[in-house]
Amino acid sequence: MDAQTIIAKRIAQELRSGMLVNLGIGIPTLVANYVPSDLRVFFQSENGLIGTGPLPEEGMAHPTLTDAGGRPVTALPGACTFDSATSFGLIRGGHVDVTVLGGLQVDQQGLLANWMIPGKMVPGMGGAMDLVTGAKRVIVAMQHSAKGKSKIVRQCTLPLTSARAVDLVVTELAVIAFPAGRATLIETAPGVSVAQVLEATEAELVISPQVQEMQL
Amino acid sequence: MKVISLDEAVSMIPNGASLMIGGFMGVGTPERLVDEIARQGKRDLTVIANDTAKPGTGIGKLVSAKLVRKAIVSHIGLNPETQQQMIAGEMSVELIPQGTLIERIRAGGYGLGGILTPTGLGTVVEEGKRKIDVDGREYLLEAPLRADFALVQAFLADYLGNLAYALTARNFNPVIAMAGATVIVVADHIVPVGLIAPDHVVTPAPLVDYIVANG
Repeated sequence: MDAQTIIAKRIAQELRSGMLVNLGIGIPTLVANYVPSDLRVFFQSENGLIGTGPLPEEGMAHPTLTDAGGRPVTALPGACTFDSATSFGLIRGGHVDVTVLGGLQVDQQGLLANWMIPGKMVPGMGGAMDLVTGAKRVIVAMQHSAKGKSKIVRQCTLPLTSARAVDLVVTELAVIAFPAGRATLIETAPGVSVAQVLEATEAELVISPQVQEMQL
Repeated sequence: MKVISLDEAVSMIPNGASLMIGGFMGVGTPERLVDEIARQGKRDLTVIANDTAKPGTGIGKLVSAKLVRKAIVSHIGLNPETQQQMIAGEMSVELIPQGTLIERIRAGGYGLGGILTPTGLGTVVEEGKRKIDVDGREYLLEAPLRADFALVQAFLADYLGNLAYALTARNFNPVIAMAGATVIVVADHIVPVGLIAPDHVVTPAPLVDYIVANG
């Protein structure tokens, strides 16, 4: 199983029927592929849609039915559309149950940096700051390291996305939670030892007394 | 409301004007107006919108033609030309969290003196802004935004100017229609009065100054 699949499958297990869920671009988008079909999860696209469905069949794309990346999507029966003020009212107002976002760095208190690398990449924060500030639960989906460097750091060196700590980080090696504001290893990926996770992680990790293996 | 030709509509916009433009990655952007602004070469524009789309699409066309002096947007990541012009100092870009941007526009159009939001606290976004405590919670005070023109893309416009929108092409459009001093609308379909049911009108006719004639 490749890194992205491990991450997406594990995060899909966090979703429950009836939840309103916002998936970011990249690995987070893949989470929808692993949600069991009997779960009724409402997926929001922050450009103004609840009920986002899978990609349209070839030739069936509609120019005004798109996701937050501007790509064609479908709408499931029961979908609804709204303007950007309503969309961000849903997000900032605490009506979104789970947001899944990508990350550049998460530090050992759970603070996230995911919107710019000064001097290199300045895409803008888009909706990320509102999502991290306002969603009930924030899950970060990212690879454990980039170019050999741990993305789970002692302290973020990149500009923060929010002063609010995230709730869960899922990588291809581990699941990390933040009880009492401290990064805590709670699961390892199949075949990965606690020592291997510690080796790959810059942040100081608390080891849960019952570290489990991800059930994929 | 007055019906106007595309050429006349854009002729009203002076160089240096501030424009709110509907659309999200080009979806729901009045492409006909954008194309005509580029054709007439209106310069030194301030564009307030969600994003600068991508080269060849929506607001991206104005960026490519180097007509934008300042962009007030939430995202430029899919338009490398915006980033290049920003780095080269040819264009200034003010990045604003998307939820804050739309609320600042809403505040401008709704007669509010600003909004209080927790978004941006503890980040570079809070620099230079007032923090206000409400019942023990801290918020940033964000000022209202208005513009000389709002350029709106609707799905339906009736002969009075009532508007309805389509799917994800709605996005910023109904909000900017409240916040532009002059509101110019392009509609996919111009229909008789009564065809849009009162409950389905999203933007009330008195807000609309001009509808660009189809054809």
